[in-house]
Amino acid sequence: MKYLDEYRDGDIAAKLVERIRRVQTKPWVIMEVCGGQTHSIVKNGIDHLLPKGVELVHGPGCPVCVTPLEMIDKAHAIARRPDVIFCSFGDMLRVPGSDGDLFTIRSQGGDVRIVYSPIDCLKIARANPDRQVVFFAIGFETTAPANAMLAWQAREMGLKNISLLVSHVLVPPAMEAILSSPENRVQAFLGPGHVCAVVGYREYEPLAARFHVPIVVTGFEPLDILEGILMVVEQLEEGRAEVENQYSRVLARGGNRPAQDLIGKVFEISDRKWRGVGTIAQSGFRLRDEFREFDAEHRFRVAAIDVSEPEICIAGQILQGIKKPHDCAAFGTLCTPQHPLGATMVSAEGACAAYYAYGRHLKESDLVSIGEPS
Amino acid sequence: MSSAKEEERGAAVEAGAGPFGACPLPIFDHPQIVLGHGSGGKLSAELIEKVFVSRFRNATLEKMDDQAVLEVAGARLAFTTDSFVVTPIFFPGGDIGTLAVNGTVNDLAVGGAKPLYLAAAFILEEGLSAADLARVVDSMAQAAANAGVQFVTGDTKVVNRGKGDKLFITTTGIGLLDRPTQLSADRARPGDRILLSGTIGDHGITILSQREGLEFDTTLTSDCAALHGLVAAMLDAAQAAGGLDGMRVMRDPTRGGVATVLNEVAARSHAGMVLREGDIPVREAVRGACEMLGLDPLYVANEGKLVAIVAPEIADRVLAAMRQHPLGADSRIIGEVVEQHAGMVLMKTSVGGTRVVDVLFGEQLPRIC
Repeated sequence: MKYLDEYRDGDIAAKLVERIRRVQTKPWVIMEVCGGQTHSIVKNGIDHLLPKGVELVHGPGCPVCVTPLEMIDKAHAIARRPDVIFCSFGDMLRVPGSDGDLFTIRSQGGDVRIVYSPIDCLKIARANPDRQVVFFAIGFETTAPANAMLAWQAREMGLKNISLLVSHVLVPPAMEAILSSPENRVQAFLGPGHVCAVVGYREYEPLAARFHVPIVVTGFEPLDILEGILMVVEQLEEGRAEVENQYSRVLARGGNRPAQDLIGKVFEISDRKWRGVGTIAQSGFRLRDEFREFDAEHRFRVAAIDVSEPEICIAGQILQGIKKPHDCAAFGTLCTPQHPLGATMVSAEGACAAYYAYGRHLKESDLVSIGEPS
Repeated sequence: MSSAKEEERGAAVEAGAGPFGACPLPIFDHPQIVLGHGSGGKLSAELIEKVFVSRFRNATLEKMDDQAVLEVAGARLAFTTDSFVVTPIFFPGGDIGTLAVNGTVNDLAVGGAKPLYLAAAFILEEGLSAADLARVVDSMAQAAANAGVQFVTGDTKVVNRGKGDKLFITTTGIGLLDRPTQLSADRARPGDRILLSGTIGDHGITILSQREGLEFDTTLTSDCAALHGLVAAMLDAAQAAGGLDGMRVMRDPTRGGVATVLNEVAARSHAGMVLREGDIPVREAVRGACEMLGLDPLYVANEGKLVAIVAPEIADRVLAAMRQHPLGADSRIIGEVVEQHAGMVLMKTSVGGTRVVDVLFGEQLPRIC
């Protein structure tokens, strides 16, 4: 398939792996920031191709995973209301709250709908004027423009029966929190390609300089990721700490200006709670005062819901790269995609779910037979 | 959590619902049915095992094949039933009627049977257009004629508006096993080849492209087709090669897709499997839609494809016969059965890595970004 097969070529992959092998002389710990990258790495078995000294740890960039439990509970409280049509991206439906998930609420009579674009909510709202349509507006900078567009158009159209439950987070403050932690192991980053397609990568330059870490903004196909790793390892070996762009076929340093303008009109930066991590200052978006009437937390008075997370779940440490999924006592036993304790087990992009789906709960000895051609 | 709730959970654990409890009959751990119970994944398997098999238990049922094989007065009969609830009821490449015939014909055919007779039960929603119903039944008559089967009995019920989604159809079929086949999911052995009759995901993505809220333009059509002719050609080829016993397993990978079917076979046969991603045929349009929506075509439904596990000695002959049949022109050997990692399906990825192809928990969910 054009524009995809070119980035999945096994021969080129083998050459890139060989180049990484030649360049690397010391052990390095690299974090891929984005959940889409984690998914691609595990799905394609990329981590198994790398030399032993290059360790990938999986970052906080899975929007489903970092949405805090209390926000899930707020969503559930709203979705249970008979006057509400609750709309969400598909993979939020299985995220467990304190009591069940959105699928459970649907089975109990709640009107929960999967939408593929936030803008679809406008159509639903117009078709159901006597009901309240609520969109679960989560995500990083990537989903912010479309979510902002929903609020913007709802206001333009004068729709009174639409609102957004906003839980928007930003990548750079999370990276800063990881680098500032005394437990930090991360020496370099594969930067989030889709996020930077919206906001560009200027913001990452001060981070690279201040913490002296290489950041290579990277795409999502296997060859993108291998090339990103090669660029990062080259920087590490040469002692450089720059922001480089592997994903130049998609994005430029300045990002997408019209999208940034729209985000700025609808959202403002605020403190945000991250699942498993806690509150990070100035790490997310909330609706600006001019759009407060579209704020579902306000409209449905759920702002007071406050819950804490299961103690056994180490999702927070996994999201910061301090631990890996199989370091968790519950991984693959008490905690499975069937009965997730934490959200990293729920989304396909969550590190725990990706490890589980692609067999990483199994012992290495079970897997030795597979790879090599016989 | 409220204390009442804790008590409730505590009681459930004592009664055996918890992971460590002793339990005479497995207790189902969902208070309500959720959509994932119909996905074909782990939730479906749990529902079938804990609610149905545990109560109906018998040797024939426990084989868990797509059809039951019954010895009646010296004849070997295949017997199966299937319900059809697809939305929309008309889609490119077919409708709920063609599906209802071909689905049941295929469940008989992949058991090695010659399909003979069908029964149909209709649940109609008040307000359903009579013209739509006639169109569906015309499709059924046409599909039955194509498959050489007759509808010999049936039933009709009408439910109040809102109590059914236009039209649900259940078909039940009987076929005759006129050859000494022993096709069953527990017969895969190390060394066997895994054959696939063509591109995967065509039906599921076609249906998805028609769903409300997701209409996208595509030239795709459902692969809905009756496979009895293809199966007969495969069995002829195996017989000619003297190896009918080498036809181990056949399945039509409908709901849950190829990945789910192969996992079932791997588990039932206590054998491992290795697939080669690059050898699995997927149409561009299906790949494109899957990329866009974050879906994996290995789990997407097919309605006119089959997977066969075949002994290595006859695999090439069977493959050649498949390729000569119009419904098997794109057939491939996509992998092998192996001794290692029993019960697990692994895949060599196109970039040279390896991954496990597990059964999904519930439905595939479109990813956020």
